Amino acid sequence: MEVTQVLFNAQSIDGTVRKNAEESLKQFQEQNLPGFLLSLSGELANEEKPIETRKLAGLILKNALDAKEQHRKFELVQRWLSLDATGKSQIKACLLQTLSSPVFDAHSTTSQVIAKVAGIELPQKQWPELIGSLLSNVHQIPAYAKQATLETLGYLCEEVSPDVIDQDQVNKILTAVVQGMSASEGNIDVRLAATRALYNALGFAQANFSNDMERDYIMRVVCEATLSPEVRIRQAAFECLVSISSTYYEKLTPYIQDIFNITSKAVREDEEPVALQAIEFWSSICDEEIDILEEYGGEFTGDSDVPCFYFIKKALPALVPMLLETLLKQEEDQDQDEGAWNIAMAGGTCLGLVAQTVGDDIVPLVVPFVEENITKPDWRQREAATYAFGSILDGPSPENLIPLVNVALTFMLSALTKDPNSHVKDTTAWALGRIFEFLLGSAVDLPIITQANCQQIVTVLLQSMKDTPNVAEKACGALYFLAQGYEGEGEPSPLTPFFQEIVQSLLTVTHREDVGDSRLRTAAYETLNEVVRCSTVETAPLVLQLVPVIMMELHNTLEGQKLSSDEREKQSELQGLLCGCLQVIIQKLGASEPTKYVFMQYADQIMGLFLRVFACRSATVHEEAMLAIGALAYATGADFAKYMPEFYRYLEMGLQNFEEYQVCAVTVGVVGDISRALEEKIVPYCDGIMTQLLKNLSSNQLHRSVKPPIFSCFGDIALAVGEYFEKYLMWAMSALQSAADLSTHIAGDDELVEYTNSLRNGILEAYSGIFQGFKNSPKTQLLIPYAPHILQFLDGIYMEKDMDDMVMKTAIGVLGDLADTLGNHASSMIQQSVSSKDFLNECLSSEDLLVKESAQWAKLAISRAISV
Amino acid sequence: MAPHDNRRPFKRAAISDQQKRRELSLLRQAQNRRDAQQQARCLASSILSLQSAAPESQPEQSDIELETVPEAEQESEAFSKDLDVRQASKLRGPEVRKWFARQLMLPEWMIDVPDRLAQDWYVFARPAGKRCFVVSSNGTTVSRQRNGSILHHFPSALPAGAKIRDGSGSAQSYCILDCIFHELDQTYYVIDMVCWNGYSLYDCTAEFRFYWLNSKLEESGACNAPSHYHKFRFSAVPVYNCDQSGLHAAYTGVVPYAKDGLLFYNKHALYQTGNTPLALVWKDENCSQFVIDTDGKGEIPSQQQVVLELQDDRKLVTSDDPPVLFGCLDGDIIEKSGLHTGNLLRFAIGDGGLSFVDGKLEKADLIYLGKSNRARAFADSYSKGFQLKSL
Repeated sequence: MEVTQVLFNAQSIDGTVRKNAEESLKQFQEQNLPGFLLSLSGELANEEKPIETRKLAGLILKNALDAKEQHRKFELVQRWLSLDATGKSQIKACLLQTLSSPVFDAHSTTSQVIAKVAGIELPQKQWPELIGSLLSNVHQIPAYAKQATLETLGYLCEEVSPDVIDQDQVNKILTAVVQGMSASEGNIDVRLAATRALYNALGFAQANFSNDMERDYIMRVVCEATLSPEVRIRQAAFECLVSISSTYYEKLTPYIQDIFNITSKAVREDEEPVALQAIEFWSSICDEEIDILEEYGGEFTGDSDVPCFYFIKKALPALVPMLLETLLKQEEDQDQDEGAWNIAMAGGTCLGLVAQTVGDDIVPLVVPFVEENITKPDWRQREAATYAFGSILDGPSPENLIPLVNVALTFMLSALTKDPNSHVKDTTAWALGRIFEFLLGSAVDLPIITQANCQQIVTVLLQSMKDTPNVAEKACGALYFLAQGYEGEGEPSPLTPFFQEIVQSLLTVTHREDVGDSRLRTAAYETLNEVVRCSTVETAPLVLQLVPVIMMELHNTLEGQKLSSDEREKQSELQGLLCGCLQVIIQKLGASEPTKYVFMQYADQIMGLFLRVFACRSATVHEEAMLAIGALAYATGADFAKYMPEFYRYLEMGLQNFEEYQVCAVTVGVVGDISRALEEKIVPYCDGIMTQLLKNLSSNQLHRSVKPPIFSCFGDIALAVGEYFEKYLMWAMSALQSAADLSTHIAGDDELVEYTNSLRNGILEAYSGIFQGFKNSPKTQLLIPYAPHILQFLDGIYMEKDMDDMVMKTAIGVLGDLADTLGNHASSMIQQSVSSKDFLNECLSSEDLLVKESAQWAKLAISRAISV
Repeated sequence: MAPHDNRRPFKRAAISDQQKRRELSLLRQAQNRRDAQQQARCLASSILSLQSAAPESQPEQSDIELETVPEAEQESEAFSKDLDVRQASKLRGPEVRKWFARQLMLPEWMIDVPDRLAQDWYVFARPAGKRCFVVSSNGTTVSRQRNGSILHHFPSALPAGAKIRDGSGSAQSYCILDCIFHELDQTYYVIDMVCWNGYSLYDCTAEFRFYWLNSKLEESGACNAPSHYHKFRFSAVPVYNCDQSGLHAAYTGVVPYAKDGLLFYNKHALYQTGNTPLALVWKDENCSQFVIDTDGKGEIPSQQQVVLELQDDRKLVTSDDPPVLFGCLDGDIIEKSGLHTGNLLRFAIGDGGLSFVDGKLEKADLIYLGKSNRARAFADSYSKGFQLKSL
């Protein structure tokens, strides 16, 4: 096959030609993968070939080795590993040869391909000579080849995990990289490539950072690079410092003073990309110290692996003024730009983190700045003062902040209405939101909101909702937190008298002409949701009145015809907001009998609207509508059966949506709602649902977070349909058993432990539902064969000692359910299990009430099972 | 220039309400799942506690230390909600009266017509007789009156109601029926079903309970004529929808028992112990021979009477929750009669009757008669007073 021509054609502007070329490439790949890869690597290596085809050949090679989707990636890796070794070494030889090509596109693409191959082979202990051959002649080759080699090392470190490469090779890599970075390296591109490579290689340098001399050397080279005349090198060097700050926090003491000098110079004088990284260094130190201090504060006092060196606290007197200076460097119109990120924003963010790190100590350093600037004629100063004040509201104690807030509040309310600058108003509304977010409901005797100022606050916020979209959005946000401050309070909320007015204003905002291009409409609906959630019994009739209003809005979105794809997206977004709002209302009204009763008159119409929302799309299901239907099913109870014939297809569609796994997860939850609502009336739909759920479990395409809820859902269904579950018992139990085997032992990081516990919880909830579902049925004995394994599972997770309270509660409950349902059939098995003794006793003396309650139940059930 | 990977632009919205909605949904679903499980377990725990409370008949031998659930541990709602009839039977004196009084659903007097009467309500003619709980368990059946005193102790064809059944299931099952014992034909008329064969119906609507009652009672053979193992006949009462014809049938229809008013039950109401506005009683001379109080000999006293509870501040209140204040007792009467807080006192309603302003009792002309019968467990309800006035 003449691959050059095909690769040319694959970039043709003529669609037909391009399509044919792509088709033949695909066929080639499918019919003869080794030949295909070899041709491409030959093309890439051949200096006679045009740049375009070499570059594309490299790209296709890369894509044949890696993919974003986990399952596809796995497939590609397996295919590469199964190829004949001779073919592979030919390909690899071509790649190494191309690395020293003078053509930039050729060697730069190649360095990525080599890293991908290394990512597959090194963990398998294959291609052991790679690093040696990359480094063998690094000093003798021309600069462009040196650059390519360093880039390859960088990508390689990104691809493979540190434990794959032995220390000897790590040392060689680091030596080459650090030498390439040093000031003596005359070539800018080489030095830049080396600096970027170090960024990726830092994770490999644990041993080297423990050695004082080596660490000093690396740190010196990095710090020198921050002073390079080339801006890209300075930026890359600061990126290295940021990475070092989190990876080697505990090694920083000797360098922190120098780093402070370097960063503060960069923040004040350097170009923005560099200054941003310099600020990021301190934000990152804050992150570290917040984490460490949080652990100190927790129950593991003093046991933290890493001590806190209080770098921020020590740097405070110099750090805060530096950050306050950055606040004055705002960009015009930064509030209108969603993606904006500049020195002022980074500085404010860092200031907020510093406040969280040091608490009260920051207040006296910031207050003078606020007082000095808040009334200045230059808007930049007023805005910076407000931003600074807003930034420090999370961290210091309420006792310290509330007196300041009480003084500032009147001024801020007046600024929000009267300041001539929109930027200042935006920040003022945001800062008010922060006051409400962090200081309402704090246990202090000094209330911020009183009968006297409540009216004024509400009036000002509602007024600001008529301001420019960005100010109005922040005003909505402030109202959101104001409402949240009175959530679940026993006493009547001071907002109650304004409920109608607030709702009306928010609805008006959603209809603003200019609402389309900003987040404003979303903010207005989200605030409406929170206002409804936090409403009290006095305003329930007003919430009820809102139902037909939102229904009408949703109805209107369904009337539009022949939409462009852009319009359709907007329509779908609006439908999402409205369904979300209805969901909140349904959940609110459904939670108390009298309001539920009145609300139910709308149920048929609302369900009709949701079904129409589904029908707007062909292949996917609207997540928000699905969530809302779950709430509706709960409120409706068994009557929900009448909607099932029409609704079922969308339920199935939701369960099949692997791509948007959130939709799938939400749908699984709704199946649970419907099971509880319909009970045995769900039977006609069970075949379809169970088939799909089992399919989902066995798929490796589905995001793993959906699997635990699927197991819980088995329990919901079993509890609803009782012995009818027999049909699915064998399949469900076998899926549960293999998941149980996998989840008994965990070896991994916190995230994996957390996931495994959620998986255990799902499995256990399934067992509970199945046992309780079969109770008092003649088919109980069908469960007996599964009991030994389940008891083993309980014993297993008990011995592992790493379950959380939630799992503990569910697990001991399962023991009770097993005893309750199987009775004396299981008595000897139960008595032999560790769970029925040590585990049960541990749970009986648990501090957690839910665990204790479950344990008491289990004890009672066991005592009966073994006494009969 | 984009912010650092983990850096959220500080001034952008801090919250994702969509994420919040998802999380709240998950919380609600988890709560509902817990409730459903709890309910399933609760059914069992009521059976279990029946058993564990009878240790003498079941000697326990096991490695695990067995104990009946101590009272203190029953605080958790899951364990205390379902009644433990057997334990309650061991209570004595006022304790037992109080306990049983709390378990029955008590109708209020009908003082106005509820909305959607025709759609949402049932009506049936209340048999005249003694309201009681009939409990069958462990091979025997006991009926207890409102005040907790035992009316009969007998074998019955109810599940677990006699010692003849060999099925192992019957030992674990039990029934609780809300009945009226009709002296004339010696029949228990079942007006509501609280538990059947171990299955709790507390959390079921009246609609379901009545359906269950009609299908299960007949099935069990409890409606058969009395025999050696079935001492009293049980019977369901005809229940009608509250439309025109239903009301007419209940009001005028011929039934095998003497009528004592009409009972109205809201179809959607669960079995709720104590006074509830979702069950109502109506009496007039056409449907009840006891429209007004009669004395022990069936004679109408010259004045209508009402029983009220004395509180420690000398106030006289009804059994309603919250109690309704009917009056205040003179200090000297209390001293002279040696009355204590909590005593139930019988009053006659004098010629002044009861005066109401805006639907609230303003003044009651009460004449103290004496302490009420010792067997009374609680005071009359406000709505009784109200209906007396409207007669």
